Formats: sequence, C-alpha cells, structure tokens
Amino acid sequence: MYMDMVGRQQTTLPTGNGVNNVRKNIGVKISKFLLMKGLRMLTLLFAICLISFLLIKNSPIDPIQAYVGADMIKVSPEQREKIAEYWGLDQPVMVQFFSWLSALLSGDLGTSMIFRRPVSEIIGERFWNSLVLMLTAWILSGVIGFVMGVVSAMKKDTWIDRIIKWYCYTLASTPTFWMGLLMLIVFAVWLGWFPIGLGVPTGVLAEDVTLADRLQHLILPAMTLSILGVANVALHTRQKLIDVLASDYVLFARARGERGFLLFWRHGLRNVALPAITLQFAAFSELFGGAVLAEQVFSYPGLGQATVEAGLRGDVPLLLGLVLFSTIFVFAGNLIADMIYYVVDPRTRESRTI
Amino acid sequence: MIPGLKIGTKEEKVKRFYLNRRQKTLLTIVVATIILLSVVVGGAMLDQERIATNLNERNLPPSLKHLFGTDWLGRDMFTRTIMGLSLSMGVGLIGAIGSTSIALVLGMVSATMGKMADRLITWLIDLFLSVPHLVTLILIAFTLGGGFKGIVIGLMLTHWPSLARVIRAEVMQIRSAEYVQISQQMGKSSWWIAVHHIFPHLIPQLLIGFMLMFPHVILHEAAVTFLGLGLSPHEPAIGIILSESMKYLSSGMWWLAFFPGLCLLIIVRTFETIGENFRMLIDPTRANEK
Repeated sequence: MYMDMVGRQQTTLPTGNGVNNVRKNIGVKISKFLLMKGLRMLTLLFAICLISFLLIKNSPIDPIQAYVGADMIKVSPEQREKIAEYWGLDQPVMVQFFSWLSALLSGDLGTSMIFRRPVSEIIGERFWNSLVLMLTAWILSGVIGFVMGVVSAMKKDTWIDRIIKWYCYTLASTPTFWMGLLMLIVFAVWLGWFPIGLGVPTGVLAEDVTLADRLQHLILPAMTLSILGVANVALHTRQKLIDVLASDYVLFARARGERGFLLFWRHGLRNVALPAITLQFAAFSELFGGAVLAEQVFSYPGLGQATVEAGLRGDVPLLLGLVLFSTIFVFAGNLIADMIYYVVDPRTRESRTI
Repeated sequence: MIPGLKIGTKEEKVKRFYLNRRQKTLLTIVVATIILLSVVVGGAMLDQERIATNLNERNLPPSLKHLFGTDWLGRDMFTRTIMGLSLSMGVGLIGAIGSTSIALVLGMVSATMGKMADRLITWLIDLFLSVPHLVTLILIAFTLGGGFKGIVIGLMLTHWPSLARVIRAEVMQIRSAEYVQISQQMGKSSWWIAVHHIFPHLIPQLLIGFMLMFPHVILHEAAVTFLGLGLSPHEPAIGIILSESMKYLSSGMWWLAFFPGLCLLIIVRTFETIGENFRMLIDPTRANEK
C-alpha cells in the first residue's frame, strides 16, 4: 500500500528539467524508496509476528508440558497454575502477544527449550554456519548458472544447448534432500572422501577444530545446494540472452562482423548480468528452504537444522525466532534486488511503480 | 531474428518427419497419463502382503524378484515406492486443487472488488512470499500437530501467491476489454460478468498454473515428510522411505534411497514437462520455439 504513494510522488517530480535536476533527485528518491520499503517491511514483520504467534498459541502443544518435559507427572495442578501465572499464560491472548512483542523489541527472543539458552544466542551462532554454507552455494550456483545460461543461449538449438536445457529442467524437479543423499552415498560412503555429516569432526575439542576440518564438512552440503541452484539462473539467463540476441542492435553488430565471445562481451554481458544478479538475490527464499533440507541431510549445525529441531520438539520461542529471522533474511535479499534494479536501471525509476 | 532465412531445403525435408509441438505435447500428455494412472492403479492394486515383514529376505540388493531391492525388514522396496508415489500424488492433488482455488478467488477479488481489496490482497501475497515456503510449511504443520491434515492445509496455504499474481494481472487485462465494459453498461452484475466473461478466459492460465504447481506441491510434501513434520511414519510415503533410508546409508544400502527418489524425480519431471509444453503452446511469443 505504500508503494502507490511512492509511485505518485515520483510522477509529480519534475522529469523534464534537464539531467542535473534528475541527478540531484536520485539521492532523495533512493532514501524515500528505502524509507517506504522499510515501512512496508515493518508492517509485514508485525503481521508475521502476530500470525505466527496466534498460530502457535492455537497449536495442540501445551507450553507448560513442552517446558517441563518428562517431569510432567510430578507437577501438581497448583504448581501448574503457578507456572502459568509466572509466564502470564492466564492472561488474554492479545495481552500475551504484546508482552511478547515488547520483549522482542528490547532484543529478548526468549529462551530455547531444547538448548536451554537464549534464542538470540543460538540464532547468532548458527547463522554463521548457515551463512558460510549459503554464501558458498549462492556464489557457486550463480556463477556456474550464469555461464551455463550464456553458453546455452549463444549456442542455441545445438546439442550443448539441449543438454543444458534438459539438465536444468531435470534439476528443477529434483528433490534437494534426495540429491544430498546421493552425494552422501557416492562421496562419503563409496569413495570415503568426505565425512558423513556434522559441521565439525566428532570427539575433537572445539578449540582443536581446524579450518580444513570445517571446510571438509562444508563441501558436500555446499555442492548439493550449488548443483541444484544453477537451474533457475541458467534458464533465466538463457531466455534473456536469446531475447537480447534477437534485438536490432545485435543484428547490426553481426552485420558489422562481430561474433562469438566479442559480441557477447560487448552487447550481451551487461544486459543479462543484471537480471541474473537480481534473480539470485530474489532467490534467498528458496536458498533458505534448500539449506533447511541440506542441513538436515548432512546434520550440519545451521539455522535450518535448528528450525526442524524446533518444529519437531515443540520449542516455541526458537521456532518463532527462526521464522522472524528467515523473514528478515528473505526481505533483505528482495530489498537488495529491488535496490540494484532501482539504482542501475533508469527505466524502472521512470515508469515502474515499484 | 528471421528464422526463414536460415532454414535450408534439406532441413525442411527432414523437419517433416518430426512431430510438431502440438503433437509432441499430446504424446507427452498421453505418456504422463499412462504413468500416472499405472502408479495410482498400481498403488491401489498391490496387496499389502508384498510389504509385509519377511525376515528371510532382508537387505537384498536389487534383483529380478525385487526390482528395487528389499529393506531391513524384508519389505519389497518397489511396492513401497509405488504406494508412496500414489499417496504423494493424492496429497499433491488435494494441495494443488486447494491452492489453485485460493489463487483464483483471491486473484479475481483483487482485480474486481476495488482498490482496498486489491491493496489488501497484494499485501497478503507479499506476506506469504516473504517467509521461505519451507519455514511456513513447518510452522503450519507444527501448529496443526503434523499428520495428513496439517500437511494438506500447509500445502494449500503456501503455493497460491505467485499464481494469484498471474490471475490478478490477467483479470485486469480482461476487465478493460470492450465487451466487458459494454456488459457493465448494460447493467449486468459484477458476479455475472465474472462468471460469464472473465472466468472462461482464465481457464487456460488456471490449467497451466495447476500443472506447474503440482510438481512443487509433491516435492514440498516429500520434503516436509522427510523432515519428520508431515505424514506419520506408518504411511508408506516417499519422504518417510527416504528419511528411514538415511540410517542405512553408511552400511552401503544405496538402493533404499536411490530408486524411490528417482521415481519421484521422474513423476515430477513428467508433470513439469506437460506444464511447460502447455505454456509454450498458449504463450504466443514462445509458440514458435522448438
């Protein structure tokens, strides 16, 4: 709803007053754009807080039982009431929600029930593990996918194009976790090159874990995610480049005698790199989903595995924290994608009401 | 690009023996339907006896008698896989139909019911797109306590946003057409217009959206079940089979994971192909592609 406001303000801005004026306005425009995006994100985050809170409140899992665990038999009804009172569970739902929200705003995400530690601490620690994994996969899949898409488009309708297309379509329908299992079977069980799982070797003290150990544990999950991640970028790049190659300016360049790599370098690269980069940023949501599955297969101690654990064992504070965190993560990706478009591509500033 | 310039006479002669896209699509649909039906019928026909525990035939690698081998309880993996696939397709079908209906209703409402409704629904779409699908699914499955109901509702609620966007754009385009405006001038109610003028134009988009959504729904179902938040472990679902197989991978029983996953991949891929073919047939800018 805020986007319309941005659009209206843009159209009222003077556009015909020469380049200087427009240049001056860009800074103002970008900050306005960011402000509106920020506001939009706040409304979305608030809604997600509310919805997930209500969802979890209505779940069949009893928070007291989930907290106390196996000792539940020893807890008398009076003690139960005490606990409920202590946690404010006897208050109306909306009161509970706002007290949770105010705690959230002061940075307190609550205490995880399975780890018995503050949620923010767990997320912070696991985020680094996940970030390394996702970043590796993200860069690898982006670069490889882009190259594949370019090759495929430049060699359109040849055997190499058909192979790449077939490969991408097949990958797009491959279950991530199955790919992970195959990787495990081939590289960990048959060849024995890599360990079967976990983020660090077992039976080694935390201080003794070397970088090489960590890398060795990272390679398989990162490979799984990269192999599957290329499909989207490759197909998208291919389609874009085919469109570019069909344009008049490329026809003219061909008429001048340009071809092959030089043609791509001069006329293709910049036109297709931008959509590809944007697409990669906008794919954070799928990346996170993939990471959840890959981490589960390889028992890699990241955010995804924590999400599954929290869901399976009824750890409400951790699950809520992770939902919020993943939302912010995805939103950051989308914001960067929009920003790149907005800053780099002048056409979107003029016409699109973001 | 001017394709006519490049094609030589020789190529044109060869081309006559190829099937064109319509024929190819038809062929793919027939093949896919046969696969689908055989799996569904197979899942219903195969008797439970074949997956009964048979401790004499434990951990057998694939052979002619047991095409996909047997597991640690001597159950035939082929039978389990087929049953799992037919279960997955059932769940996927319900989920995809539900999701398509939500997309249709919200897309139509958003495009016809005025500005406020449109803003609200656009915001709702953004809301659902801003949380990773899998996390939403985990959250919903958790809330509903897992099981069949949880997973189906979760799948329905997570797959509609992108299709709703497509339908919204489509409805807006149709709404500005002359015949719709004339109909409005003639005093037809908006419900009448929606049913008689707009809906028939949406059917192809809906069909494609459904076909392209279906494989994703199946994959997500398998993923959530694999994570342990979906169908109960007693059901012979593909996700369950694969998550159970993880325990036996280190002892080299690769067939437990390989074949069920491969079958899932084939099913999903077939649907995806049909959807893509349909889309290319209908989209005028891409209809000439090979």
